[in-house]
Amino acid sequence: MITVKNLNKIYKSIHALKDVNLDVKSGELFAYLGPNGAGKSTTIRILTGLTQPTSGTVTLNGFDLKNSSIKSRQQCGLVPQSINLDQELSVYENMTIHGLLFRMNKKERDDKIEELLNYVDLSARSYSLVKELSGGMKRRLMIARALMHSPSVLFLDEPTVGLDAGMRRKIWALIKKIQQQGTTIFLTTHYIEEAEFLADRVAFLDTGTILVVNTPSNLMSSLGTWALDRLIDDKMEPIYFNDREEANLYIAAHKDSFTLRRVNLEDAFLSITGKKVK
Amino acid sequence: MIHSLLAVYYREMLIMRRRLTRLVPSWSVSPLLYLIAFGYAMGKHVAIDGHSYMEFLIPGLIAMNSMTQAFAIASEINIARFYWHIFEEIQAAPVSDFSYVAGEVLAGITRALLSTCVILILGLMFGVVLSCSFMFWFGVFLNSFVFASLAVGLAMLVKSHGDQVLLTSFVITPMAFLGGTFFPLENFPVWGQNLVHILPITHAAKAIRAASLNNILPLSSYIVLAVTGSIFFIIAVVCVKRAKD
Repeated sequence: MITVKNLNKIYKSIHALKDVNLDVKSGELFAYLGPNGAGKSTTIRILTGLTQPTSGTVTLNGFDLKNSSIKSRQQCGLVPQSINLDQELSVYENMTIHGLLFRMNKKERDDKIEELLNYVDLSARSYSLVKELSGGMKRRLMIARALMHSPSVLFLDEPTVGLDAGMRRKIWALIKKIQQQGTTIFLTTHYIEEAEFLADRVAFLDTGTILVVNTPSNLMSSLGTWALDRLIDDKMEPIYFNDREEANLYIAAHKDSFTLRRVNLEDAFLSITGKKVK
Repeated sequence: MIHSLLAVYYREMLIMRRRLTRLVPSWSVSPLLYLIAFGYAMGKHVAIDGHSYMEFLIPGLIAMNSMTQAFAIASEINIARFYWHIFEEIQAAPVSDFSYVAGEVLAGITRALLSTCVILILGLMFGVVLSCSFMFWFGVFLNSFVFASLAVGLAMLVKSHGDQVLLTSFVITPMAFLGGTFFPLENFPVWGQNLVHILPITHAAKAIRAASLNNILPLSSYIVLAVTGSIFFIIAVVCVKRAKD
């Protein structure tokens, strides 16, 4: 579905992406995880044709991005990190413009707008101006808009940034629903629990380099099942165990104060990159 | 191609329709002040080539206003680009650079033509009836085409909305006053006349004034505007292509 080979991007003196290779399968929810400035948005911008790569090739659903950019753009839906809706226009008008940009006729547009606004629970706000919507509604509208032309791949660049926990969960449910209907999803996030909850596979990216690609469960189980956090010199150091019994024996044998919890994806990220996702 | 061109144009028209109640008064204020100050108060007893100063001034104001309104599309593009990030939405769609530029230029031309109607109505209020022949509208169209194309190209080159304001101050404002809008160019020395003939607005003022006063049409001015507009349009397409970092 998405094949990326030896992708490089250099901005003046900054090497933003270094020999990135990816292979995202059809129908997969692929999460791209890394701290701010790791190169997540740059990758999405290249994959959606917004930025030219310095070198490397991208194939999207069989179309080479460089030679058939118009055809490959038709395959993609993009939800960028920043809200990019026309604030002075209504929900319906924003959706209509997107449909026109993707060459949909009036009947197709109107049917799809009705279906998608129902889908994201915004049909009652169809004629409201975008500036009157809440942050969560705007995010849902951006997702609905990106689905207008039935793309085979949906790119979500930090789709829940700035949202409260409740709204984040609602967006997660929506993303899962979209994947279940057969859309391939490429998600960037720095919310580790988001990748853990949603992704079939995850890539860890740091300073423009992919460090590992695997399923969240494989990455976590490589460390163990249980983690004991202990405070050493103002720093939380985890110790990993395969079973709870083993962890309890360790606690009994030491006088320090520990917190016992399940291993999560952040532990995997921390052990591979040596740093936290921020 | 037509589909995406119309999509870009439709978006600009929807925004303009929503702001129309604010735009029409803003299109009226400056021309009205020029008409009162220069046309009515100062130029009451002035005649130029057998026409009242008001008859001379209004076609000049139309040239100036169609230039500034067509060029104003640059601000709209930059607001969409730097504040609302809408440019990304268009770039991510299967829209060719040509269609994007054509849609925005067409929006600039529409804006300029509507503001021209406002000045014509103001002129009627001052008792000035101009000949609104095909060649008059064609002159306004070509002038708007030149400056809307220039606007799209420059909007892609600037790095912030502040740069855009600077461009307007250094490019558009001098043209507005020096291109034969308020006074006959014959008042300039010969070298000055030659210099201002480089400016497209000079040709626009000549063409629009001749058509509206039923004088002999300066065909060379129409040709200069058409060629300049086409060159600016091609440059704008190249600038949009280069706007991808």
